[in-house]
Amino acid sequence: MIDKTLASPAAAVTDIGDAATVMIGGFGTAGMPYALIDALIDAGARDLTIVNNNAGNGDVGLAALIREKRVRKIICSFPRQVDSQHFDTAWRAREIELELVPQGNLAERIRAAGAGIGAFFTPTGYGTALAEGKETRVIDGRHYVLEYPIHADFALIGADRGDRWGNLVYRKTARNFGPVMAAAARCTIAQVREIVPLGTLDPEHIVTPGIFVHRVVAIDAPVVRRARADA
Amino acid sequence: MQRFSREQMAARVAHDIPEGAYVNLGIGLPTLVANHLPRDRDIFLHSENGVLGMGPAPSPGDEDPDLINASKQPVTLLPGGCYFHHADSFAMMRGGHLDFCVLGAFQVSVTGDLANWHTGAKDAIPAVGGAMDLAIGAKHVLVMMEHLTKSGASKIVPCCTYPITGLACVDRIFTDLAVIDVTPTGLEVVEIVAGLEFDELRRLTGVPLRGAPAPG
Repeated sequence: MIDKTLASPAAAVTDIGDAATVMIGGFGTAGMPYALIDALIDAGARDLTIVNNNAGNGDVGLAALIREKRVRKIICSFPRQVDSQHFDTAWRAREIELELVPQGNLAERIRAAGAGIGAFFTPTGYGTALAEGKETRVIDGRHYVLEYPIHADFALIGADRGDRWGNLVYRKTARNFGPVMAAAARCTIAQVREIVPLGTLDPEHIVTPGIFVHRVVAIDAPVVRRARADA
Repeated sequence: MQRFSREQMAARVAHDIPEGAYVNLGIGLPTLVANHLPRDRDIFLHSENGVLGMGPAPSPGDEDPDLINASKQPVTLLPGGCYFHHADSFAMMRGGHLDFCVLGAFQVSVTGDLANWHTGAKDAIPAVGGAMDLAIGAKHVLVMMEHLTKSGASKIVPCCTYPITGLACVDRIFTDLAVIDVTPTGLEVVEIVAGLEFDELRRLTGVPLRGAPAPG
């Protein structure tokens, strides 16, 4: 019997080692898997490369991971926010490397990794500082930039409900990067509000099929902790 | 000097958005446009974080931390609205499916280059979000900005000095002094704030302008 559910966040992240590349779902605080990140901090991995849209809000989740100096590099689209103080401090002290990626290129590079695409041409960013040094091509009279996929060792994502085969459904805008990250990582770990019996999730409504999910942990608490942000 | 207020600018932008349009409103000044969209038009608001059919802010106490907009403020969903993941959301933006986006700007060039994501200052932490995708992806790119900087310099420029967001992407500029189209043959003023002479607008702007603008 296949059962991907685990009893605790600690058990789910125990093999995330130093220098791993870890995708973390969430847009600001919506969909951020706080319990998994707390467990990752406790587990002690260092020199991580993190992929997220932002660079942490307030003192919790990704912000706490940065505060604890576990992140060597972050790949994101919008680090600067009113409450990104831990990232801001680390960046100004040159303790963290930033790869800034236009948000659609970030999403598509993650999607491409999960879909087995070797690289793709995108019009976004052409002629800007964020495309400097990158290969370009004119296709049908339009300028494009070559972008490569982003693969990860692990993805930590937040979902609403899951089952023991790893099927997931999300809640409202907490979905965001979850489905594309799930497919892009060698090992995807989902934090869910509730684990339901197999067959409970309507097969017409399953958003992330279980083939993309390796571990599921139920967190008996709200998935979302509120933190103020302006962007 | 007479100027259009921020609300008047927002109302003027809203006037250009027809029934059935799919629209993304950028952070800052453009968010005001939502308040001026006529209620008798079905207009679909898109949010980059996975919403079509976005509604207004919820009543106090009804906020849902799982339902936010691109500025990470709580919003609501209209009946018929839907959620989707980030790659789908940016397919809508990059793929030319949005009819309009409304963006703020630091500068717009005479050829419609847009600069709105970074001042380029050395100690400024860069952040781009979805600005570059919207700039090159929406069918019509509308810019809403003050005409002049605080020091009186024109934000409509021969060539952007701030880092570029997108090349030749802006279609129409709405400022507190005028409404200006970016055309293949240069900038054409379509409206001018009442009480401002066209020659004075030319002097303030400092780049070639043509047209026979009606007072707005």
